[in-house]
Amino acid sequence: MLAYVVRRALYAIPILVGINLITFALFFLVNTPDDMARMQLGQKRVTPEAIQKWKAERGYDKPLFFNDGSLTNTIFFEKSIRLFAFDFGRAEDNRDIANEIRQRMGPSLALAIPVFLVGLAVNITFALGMAFFRATYLDLWGVVLCVAMMSISTLFYIIGGQYLISKLWHLVPISGYAGGADAAKFVVLPALIGVFGGIGAGSRWYRTLFLEEMTRDYVRTARAKGLGEGAVMFRHVLKNAMIPILTGVVAVIPLLFMGSLLSESFFGIPGLGSYTIDAIQAQDFAVVRAMVFIGSVLYILGLLLTDLSYTLVDPRVRLD
Amino acid sequence: MRILLIFLLFLAGCGDAWNDPYPADERGKSILYSAFIERPKHLDPVQSYTEDEAKFTQQVYEPPLQYHYLKRPYELVPLTTVGIPRPQAVEGGKYTVYEVRIRPGIRYQPHPAFVESNFSLGTKTIESLKTPYELPLGTRELTADDYIYQIKRLAHPRLHSPILGLMSEYIVGLDALARRLKEEKQGGWLDLRKFSLEGVERVDTYTFRVKLNGSYPQFVYWLAMPFFAPVPWEAEKFFEQAGMAEKNFTLDWWPVGTGAFMLTENNPNSRMVLERNPNFRGEPYPGEGEPGDREAGLLADAGKTMPFVDRVVFSREKESIPYWNKFLQGYFDASAIPSDTFDQAVRISVEGDAGLTPEMESRGIQLRTSVDTTILYFGFNWLDNVVGGTSERARKLRQAISIAVDWEEFIAIFLNGRGLVAQDPLAPGIFGQREGEQGINPVTHVWRDGAARRRPIEEARKLLAEAGFPDGRDAKTGEPLVLYLDTVGRGPGDKPRFDWWRRQLAKLAIQLEIRDTDWNRFQEKIRKGSQQLYILGWNADYPDPENFLFLLHGAQAKVKTQGENASNYSNAEFDALFERMKNIPNSPERQRLIDRMVEIVRRDSPWLWGYHPKTYALAHAWMQNGKPNNMARNNLKYLRVDVAKREAMRREWNRPVIWPFVLLLLGVALSAVPAILAYRRRERMAARPV
Repeated sequence: MLAYVVRRALYAIPILVGINLITFALFFLVNTPDDMARMQLGQKRVTPEAIQKWKAERGYDKPLFFNDGSLTNTIFFEKSIRLFAFDFGRAEDNRDIANEIRQRMGPSLALAIPVFLVGLAVNITFALGMAFFRATYLDLWGVVLCVAMMSISTLFYIIGGQYLISKLWHLVPISGYAGGADAAKFVVLPALIGVFGGIGAGSRWYRTLFLEEMTRDYVRTARAKGLGEGAVMFRHVLKNAMIPILTGVVAVIPLLFMGSLLSESFFGIPGLGSYTIDAIQAQDFAVVRAMVFIGSVLYILGLLLTDLSYTLVDPRVRLD
Repeated sequence: MRILLIFLLFLAGCGDAWNDPYPADERGKSILYSAFIERPKHLDPVQSYTEDEAKFTQQVYEPPLQYHYLKRPYELVPLTTVGIPRPQAVEGGKYTVYEVRIRPGIRYQPHPAFVESNFSLGTKTIESLKTPYELPLGTRELTADDYIYQIKRLAHPRLHSPILGLMSEYIVGLDALARRLKEEKQGGWLDLRKFSLEGVERVDTYTFRVKLNGSYPQFVYWLAMPFFAPVPWEAEKFFEQAGMAEKNFTLDWWPVGTGAFMLTENNPNSRMVLERNPNFRGEPYPGEGEPGDREAGLLADAGKTMPFVDRVVFSREKESIPYWNKFLQGYFDASAIPSDTFDQAVRISVEGDAGLTPEMESRGIQLRTSVDTTILYFGFNWLDNVVGGTSERARKLRQAISIAVDWEEFIAIFLNGRGLVAQDPLAPGIFGQREGEQGINPVTHVWRDGAARRRPIEEARKLLAEAGFPDGRDAKTGEPLVLYLDTVGRGPGDKPRFDWWRRQLAKLAIQLEIRDTDWNRFQEKIRKGSQQLYILGWNADYPDPENFLFLLHGAQAKVKTQGENASNYSNAEFDALFERMKNIPNSPERQRLIDRMVEIVRRDSPWLWGYHPKTYALAHAWMQNGKPNNMARNNLKYLRVDVAKREAMRREWNRPVIWPFVLLLLGVALSAVPAILAYRRRERMAARPV
């Protein structure tokens, strides 16, 4: 297994280089270093000398990819190589990116973990219920409800939730964040909305997995042996549906660190999702690059963990 | 469900209002609650130049002068100085000297930079800090050297002062200092005390002189900006220690000043907190204002020592809906009015007067309005061969369009009436700007029934025909006249605005093509002069006509000099008058020059003069002494909060309503009953459907 993990880690290097290259190309397709300098220096009284100085200080006065035959004395090389040592450098507003990420990871996880765990439990329960009552009105209306919930924009859930629960009923703060135990009262509403908003798609997906499992021979055998339907569903179907469930679930666990772009903005949660949005708006390439890189690393890690988790739930799987 | 009920009980134990976003220990305290939308980029006074930053920096840093809080037109008054520095011409007017005398006894806020032992902190100590204020704190008296140090910082090679270029033209030797500093080693603390600056002289502990090339009367306004606020050398040395920057402990993020407040919590992602500076000398609330201020209760605190609040908490609100709702719940003491909720807050009477809606009135909310010292304008590129230049044909075309574009309608439709049609480049309240009949632009308006009325469209059509485009077609070729407007789009919501623009020019049968682009591309076009028509704005640095009229000065032409004249407008007479006008104090002579300059640009019409935005701000009944001031941002020290009233209103407005939620939970529980029954029935069945 160790060899497998090492091999996958080595595969990750060209993938990360490729992702970095694409991010770099896309960013500089719409922003020139001059644009970045103007954005950071403000709109008033910016002289060409100030722009040159800003670029020179940050190494943006070099060519993007090729510098007189050299690949190393370029913006791409100099900005990318340090990422692989997880040295993210400084944002354009001179704040230390690694420090910002450390500070913002907590708020992101405070929201993402409850949404993930509660959402998973609710979706699986709801899906098992629909699968249990398959081909009945309960199943039919459950599916209709799921499709309806999937069709509604997340923004609607957010604004509607804020309106009902915070504005009309005054049950929790409409936005904001505090550390420690105080975080609970700020996180409960976005978490509730996150879970609610995910029920439609999640439940439908798991229902499909369960229904597929329920047509298998072992289920028929279990029933023939006289097992109750509850026991069949929970002891056998759920267990055997774990591989496709894990495929979707384990891969996203590392990405929980990245936060939620929309919820964090609307609920004033100072997490990494909000950080990424701010950086895109401010054309802060240093932060965008760092966040994309971390996102890629975490996604690769998630896929690796998924593969490893197969060996835990299915003894037949071997990673060589 | 059980968990949710437990959570509700937990919230019930938290106090009266469950939705209170602030810690319970803040209740009943003299705290002002405000919000910020954009995170500040720089809090170093040498770099900071935006309003988002000024709301923090100007509470901490004290430049020599400030604007009178209540008087209008805006008037400079001393902040740390004894009197207003007066210009003294020397060497026959070759130079001008300003002598600045600061008051003795002003002390800095408590800060670790003033404790010697804090200059040699180990990296482990620094790593363990959450804020620099965990270290031993000290203070010292403000001296003239601190102002001199900051003026030298304008030329610091690693700092990017936006006014270095401008000030290098005036402050003798600043340019030379910048070149000298560039040669110094990079990295580490650059002790600017070792470098001399020819144009800045220390007279004694409390006095310094600034020597300017020629005459620059507007310099005194710059002395009211943080660019000229004192910075103690100790602060730079303290923050340059190894390990500080990795913790974001820099002078750019932790200001050190003598002002009424000090920044004690600095999380630009979420919350910034200013606390009363215990070393603040105290400053009396102004005893004079403009007519109406006494009646409005704005002089009730005259002579009392400021600041009135102990702390100011800024929370970051990126979205307008939560921001607005938190204001309505009483969790922000004041708020702007988002466009989406304008009708909920304000109603405009038939006479056009703005007032609050009954809902807002019932909450005791106050409406404060002011016209900004800003102009949003529609410019013609003087270098364009159709709309630009001094030809009679182009001038008449511009004048025709100036009449056709109905700014009054634009303000009514898109700004909810929050704007004032501009008649020339000068904003209201600026010296030289005339009001009433004298102030109208005769090219576009006439004075009738006591008000400015836009000229009829027929006059515009006549001008267009005289320009060689009868019915919107080139008289020679018969080709339709197509013009191109470059603008920065903000998304699909712009469509009504773009349609409106097309309709305005369609009144003259001119086709308008709108080239919607992003800010970077737009800027690039302006820099290269490849735009034909464009929309831009200007927010005044200081309340002087020079700061508006320079936008049309030939020496500022964007293409030629990368200046601020985006239209590249050029008129020799205007330029000559500008050179004279900018160097003389406000006087009848200056007014005469401005009148002539305004007359020239109205006739040439390089801009459609656009509008001056009006700020509509709301404040709760418990907030006192609030008065909009477009120039001064150090306004927090003047504000007072009636804490008891706020607590009572918050409780009244935020009583938790539990029954709908309980009902909802019961509904969910009941809906599960049929499923449970069906499950049990199935489990008991002998044969089951598959």
